[in-house]
Amino acid sequence: MNKISIIIKREYVTRVRKKSFIIMTILAPVLMAAIIIVPTVVMMNQDQDFKKIAVVEDNADLFRGVIKNTKNLEFVYLENKKIDDLKNSFEKEGYYGILYISPEIVNTPNAIQLLSKKQPPIGLLEHIETSLEKEIEKQKLMTYNIANLDEIMKNVETKVSVQTKKIGDSGEVSETSTGIAMALAYLSGFLMYMLVFMFGSQVMRGVIEEKTSRVVEVIVSSVKPVQLMMGKIIGIALVGLTQFLIWVFLTIAITGVIKSTVLKKGNLTEVSQNMTKSLMTDEQQAATGTQSVNTTPQMAEFSKLFNSAMNQQWGLIILCFIFYFITGYLLYASVFAAIGSAVDNETETQQFMLPVTIPIILALMVAMGTMQNPESSLSFWCSLIPLTSPIVMVARLPFGVPYWQIAVSMALMIITFMAFVWMAAKIYRTGILMYGKKTSWKEMWKWLRYSG
Amino acid sequence: MALFEANKITKQYGSVLALDKVSISVPEQCIFGLLGPNGAGKTTLIRIINQITGPDSGELFLNGKKLKPEDVLQIGYLPEERGLYKKMKVGEQALYFAQLKGLSKTEAMKRLKYWFRKLDIVDWWGKKVEELSKGMQQKVQFVTTVLHEPKLLIFDEPFTGFDPVNTNLIKNEILFLRERGATIIFSTHNMESVEELCDNITLIDKAKTLLEGSVNEIRNQWAANEYDIVFAGEVELEGDSQYKILNRQTENDRSIIRLKTVADIDTNDILKSAVKSGKVISFNPALPSMNEIFIRVVEARN
Repeated sequence: MNKISIIIKREYVTRVRKKSFIIMTILAPVLMAAIIIVPTVVMMNQDQDFKKIAVVEDNADLFRGVIKNTKNLEFVYLENKKIDDLKNSFEKEGYYGILYISPEIVNTPNAIQLLSKKQPPIGLLEHIETSLEKEIEKQKLMTYNIANLDEIMKNVETKVSVQTKKIGDSGEVSETSTGIAMALAYLSGFLMYMLVFMFGSQVMRGVIEEKTSRVVEVIVSSVKPVQLMMGKIIGIALVGLTQFLIWVFLTIAITGVIKSTVLKKGNLTEVSQNMTKSLMTDEQQAATGTQSVNTTPQMAEFSKLFNSAMNQQWGLIILCFIFYFITGYLLYASVFAAIGSAVDNETETQQFMLPVTIPIILALMVAMGTMQNPESSLSFWCSLIPLTSPIVMVARLPFGVPYWQIAVSMALMIITFMAFVWMAAKIYRTGILMYGKKTSWKEMWKWLRYSG
Repeated sequence: MALFEANKITKQYGSVLALDKVSISVPEQCIFGLLGPNGAGKTTLIRIINQITGPDSGELFLNGKKLKPEDVLQIGYLPEERGLYKKMKVGEQALYFAQLKGLSKTEAMKRLKYWFRKLDIVDWWGKKVEELSKGMQQKVQFVTTVLHEPKLLIFDEPFTGFDPVNTNLIKNEILFLRERGATIIFSTHNMESVEELCDNITLIDKAKTLLEGSVNEIRNQWAANEYDIVFAGEVELEGDSQYKILNRQTENDRSIIRLKTVADIDTNDILKSAVKSGKVISFNPALPSMNEIFIRVVEARN
């Protein structure tokens, strides 16, 4: 059997069998899903908590019935009650809180208080605020004595939601969502950064382990140092790819489950409500005075979001991601391997790590900027320059990148990673057998030029 | 015939000359001691033999032919420090190294079973290396070194970390391997084991060869006209113009007297005068230990 494949097999098998790998592989998508689902669930539960709120005014009767009840909120207008009377007893009487409206409200917006034992949810506050704002606006308008004001108000009421559509080269129109593209850009940019960094430094640790435990001396007497280095790098790359592909499949599975359960079953009202900015819908519901009737448009909105996610060029994105992961990883991992070979222990790596970390961090920062402005020239150049392109390019992809740019970036990437692997191999070959000598950049440069 | 030969090997690391025209010749089925103080260049030479690094000049021959990269499969190397993956299980690890040395998995398994049984380490198969003591690790390393039955074995300090029982066990294994046809290069500071095991030696210091030859010849050369005479009972032997007494000992009703003769005197004359003093049981040249020779050679150079 070929020796590199024996080495690859060992690197792969020992890592894949580790508990940490198995846990990471299963847990990461679950965590990812949790990040999305937990806030939704929390929001859902909050909204479902029924709250009764006492409304008290001082010597006035301006806002009776102004704040509409919703499914979970009931506003009880209490006449002739003083706030001080209720302060101590409201909880016993079954109220969540007291809304106190002072007569000065028309002039000073701060003259309104919500007293409660707990921190009130933001949805409740916004509901109260918009209701009162609208009412005050209306009352102010009324002072102008306009005829048919109510009718006018109803006519004026509008709701706006911008739909983004992308026109392809051949003129076909597809629904897109900037939000989805941004999320995807963020996710892939960050994932790339994490994978390259994580597995790159695994290579480095592996090399240091072999060097300090003197395993190299045994192995190098039966295989060439470069074979050992490449075996390790490829073995760990396969570990990374395995993990990535499992993540992709798990995500597809989870998405499939969400799609089938959420979009078909009856309980989707709440979920979709929450998915599509639950705060907004509450206001709208209250404003129009209808509850839970207009769930169909929300469902539509949700499935629209879903469709625009599906409209992303997933095939291209995943293929490019795998390409940039492999080449970007090979580039950085070979550098990490060279560093690992040059030092005697992990603490010594610091001085060499900094120049390697800078381009990676820079790439991540540019990738985050790309989310705001995908067409910026900084993003453009960084997605072509091989040291930063793996991270920046995958962040640009969801926004659409011309094919020639991808092609140029990939070509540059291939040339560069080969050059890096070649240089790293030269440093590695010498460094791996050097002990007890502090290595400097100058020293490494010398190793690079050794011939034999 | 020499199984392995190194001819005028020179190696320079930066400004440091690690080996300066060092030559060794290792006869077949011989245990060859590669001696020298720390930093003498032994490890460099071993690395060159293993083709881990190349010499700047000089040639290497295995079986009379120039050493080729494929020849690593004919060489087994036990490094001074343990070269094992700490987190890996003993059995898997041994199998891995065996496969790297070109053995098929089934063949490797067969041989590993034999050696593990022979060294009484079968129970360690599923243990992680880090759970083993230093000596135990050394045994595992020993097995991985000899498993592919190389013609040339290189042991760098093979006995460190071993208790006397295991030292003896490994010594016997080394002798057994030689019997079965292996040639062994043996690097150590332990001169007792050199006397016990080595047929030939080379002593290098500061990149140069200081001493070489068979152990017996070297010891005889360094004998320096000293002799031990053993008498029955207590005997008073006085020095005279031909020899002087260096040391006397009496034990078990015997007198052992070490004497040093003047220049090249006929030993029969000494014996004649000794016989007059009492009953001679034995008369032997007093051979210096390798330890003494080592120290004297290295110190003389400095």
